[in-house]
Amino acid sequence: MKPKLVEMRDVSIAFGGIKAVDRVSVDLDEGEVVALLGHNGAGKSTLIKILSGAYRADSGEIRVRGETVDIASPRDAKRYGIETIYQTLALADNVDAAANVFLGRERTTRWGTLDDATMEAETRKVMARLNPHFRRFTEPVRALSGGQRQSVAIARAIYFDARVLIMDEPTAALGPAETRQVGDLVGELKRQGIGIFLISHDIHDVFDLADRVAVMKNGRLVGTARVGDVTKDEVLGMIILGKCPPGAEPGPGAEA
Amino acid sequence: MNDKLRQLEFDPRLAGMLGALAAIWIGFDFLSGGAFLTPRNLWNLSVQTASIAIMACGMVLVIVTRNIDLSVGAMLGFVGMIIGVLQARLLPELIGLEHPATWIIAVIAAIATGAAIGLFQGALIAYLGIPSFIVTLGGLLVWRGAAWWVTQGQTVAPLDGRFQRIGGGATGAVGETATWAIAVIACAAIAAAMHYARNRRRSFGFPVRPTWAHIAVMLAACAAVIGAAWVANAYAVPPGIARRLVEEAGGTWPAGGVFIAHGFAIPVLIAIAAGIATTWLATRTRFGRYVFAIGGNTEAAELAGVDTKRTLMLVFGTMGALCGIAACVSAARLNAATNAAGTLDELYVIAAAVIGGTSLAGGIGTIAGAMLGALVMQSLQSGMILLGVDAPLQNVVVGGVLVLAVWVDVVFRRGIK
Ligand SMILES: Nc1ncnc2c1ncn2[C@@H]1O[C@H](COP(=O)(O)OP(=O)(O)O)[C@@H](O)[C@H]1O
Ligand SMILES: [Mg+2]
Repeated sequence: MKPKLVEMRDVSIAFGGIKAVDRVSVDLDEGEVVALLGHNGAGKSTLIKILSGAYRADSGEIRVRGETVDIASPRDAKRYGIETIYQTLALADNVDAAANVFLGRERTTRWGTLDDATMEAETRKVMARLNPHFRRFTEPVRALSGGQRQSVAIARAIYFDARVLIMDEPTAALGPAETRQVGDLVGELKRQGIGIFLISHDIHDVFDLADRVAVMKNGRLVGTARVGDVTKDEVLGMIILGKCPPGAEPGPGAEA
Repeated sequence: MNDKLRQLEFDPRLAGMLGALAAIWIGFDFLSGGAFLTPRNLWNLSVQTASIAIMACGMVLVIVTRNIDLSVGAMLGFVGMIIGVLQARLLPELIGLEHPATWIIAVIAAIATGAAIGLFQGALIAYLGIPSFIVTLGGLLVWRGAAWWVTQGQTVAPLDGRFQRIGGGATGAVGETATWAIAVIACAAIAAAMHYARNRRRSFGFPVRPTWAHIAVMLAACAAVIGAAWVANAYAVPPGIARRLVEEAGGTWPAGGVFIAHGFAIPVLIAIAAGIATTWLATRTRFGRYVFAIGGNTEAAELAGVDTKRTLMLVFGTMGALCGIAACVSAARLNAATNAAGTLDELYVIAAAVIGGTSLAGGIGTIAGAMLGALVMQSLQSGMILLGVDAPLQNVVVGGVLVLAVWVDVVFRRGIK
């Protein structure tokens, strides 16, 4: 059997005694969209920050294509093709779109200096695909609207040939039209074989986009299910009550 | 309207600073009955600004990362004492008095000592997480005390003859011919750099300034350079020194005397070189990009894989190296190393950066602005000295201007939001 693109096994992390993530296991295939659901504070962002290298797990294992890997920093994660769009977007507000897209991975000239022209040109190309009306390439991203800032954060994640894409509440700041655009993008990336973790506290945002759902509650995994095997109401029950329906595979956090 | 200005890449903050500087200069010239806008006064003004301007370059980087360095004046004092003892006591014994290499060794030692102190303080701030305010406040006391310790408070003088030229004075200028040569080369460099940048943007199909604006900016920059050269060359070396120079060159001193121009002062050229180098660092290198990203959003920089701690340490190292250069300029100007050199400089350097548009909230600032800020403050002080204003009142005015400048900046920023 082909190994999973990404596997997190029994991952735990605590902050000052509070178990933000407690023995959670999730996995992802190529070209698959897994929705990670749960209330605010359930531990979703913390879990994916372990995968993206922002935090180090206290225990547990991460495998990429079957190989156990050690992700000690965001750089390590990116080396494995894991790109992240953070809930907070994580943009440097005082520099322009291109500087943000290439932050930490700047293009340089043969003299080792920043090649701003090339970076701007590449940013214009990727933004033309994401947000054709975007024009403000030379202004600090502080001056941009919520949707435009979101596009910059997405551009940064998809520009560098991601194999695994983590999207933490990507539509939280968006209007209906922009939300639909993100949905289209998810479909397109999926067709390219990219595995996507799609995180949301709102099931309606993601149910139609996802192949599977994984539900967290109080830092623990309630269960995972193929979207065809459960109804929206059943998933809501998982999120709110922690009750695992028959169509789902229960995790350590499922209520008896 | 706003789009028009954006297309011209018009920088209202820089324009405002230049306007304020012009108003100060013209105002003092009027009040002093024409004594301010003279070649002599402007030349001295430029020399007096040099040391603060050099340190202000580094302070911009420090403040952009949302930190502060209160120890720069004390570092200047300590480094000054080290290189004073080095060239007046140690090197004469080792390689002989007035050895041609003395000044080079002293300058290298100054930069190395300053950088080492800066890196050390930076490491405490970045890796141990001690706030920069505290580390450098401690540094202020430590290095000021250490400066006294080097010679138990004794002043070291005189310094090496070649070294003295770094500080300006009649022999510390490059002369008429070199000044015109520098001015012409600078104009060519400005034109070439602007042309290259514009063509590169155009080759990618990006929007550029209209041609007339491009040429107007280029001409204005060149006019400023030529004007500065003309002023520096209009300031004559005093007859006594001129006579010595003529006679040393094997000539005879004519009855009517001769006009020998100062030309650009060496400390001013050093300050400008420091400004260009730091600007290049801040805008053209990864290091500079990270400095600004850290100031904008440290967490984002970290998540993007930037080594924020190392960057921060290097920022303080750069600040220290610039203090070393400033220490050379100020010791050479005095022709002495004293343990009180640089007292209160930290305040002037921070004020220069802030008046020059560096935001204490981090993420925003330009080197050119900070150097202009240093010039504005020195202009105020020189002008008031010229008018015979008492020293305490001078401080009152400079303090008031600092607060006023920041208030204008706050209002201005609110306006563009
Ligand atoms: N850096 C941190 N320090 C302390 N507690 C944290 C930290 N990050 C997250 N937490 C806690 O972990 C829990 C899970 O938070 P989070 O992962 O952001 O939830 P979600 O993304 O599902 O809304 C919360 O109780 C939060 O307060
Ligand atoms: Mg979250």
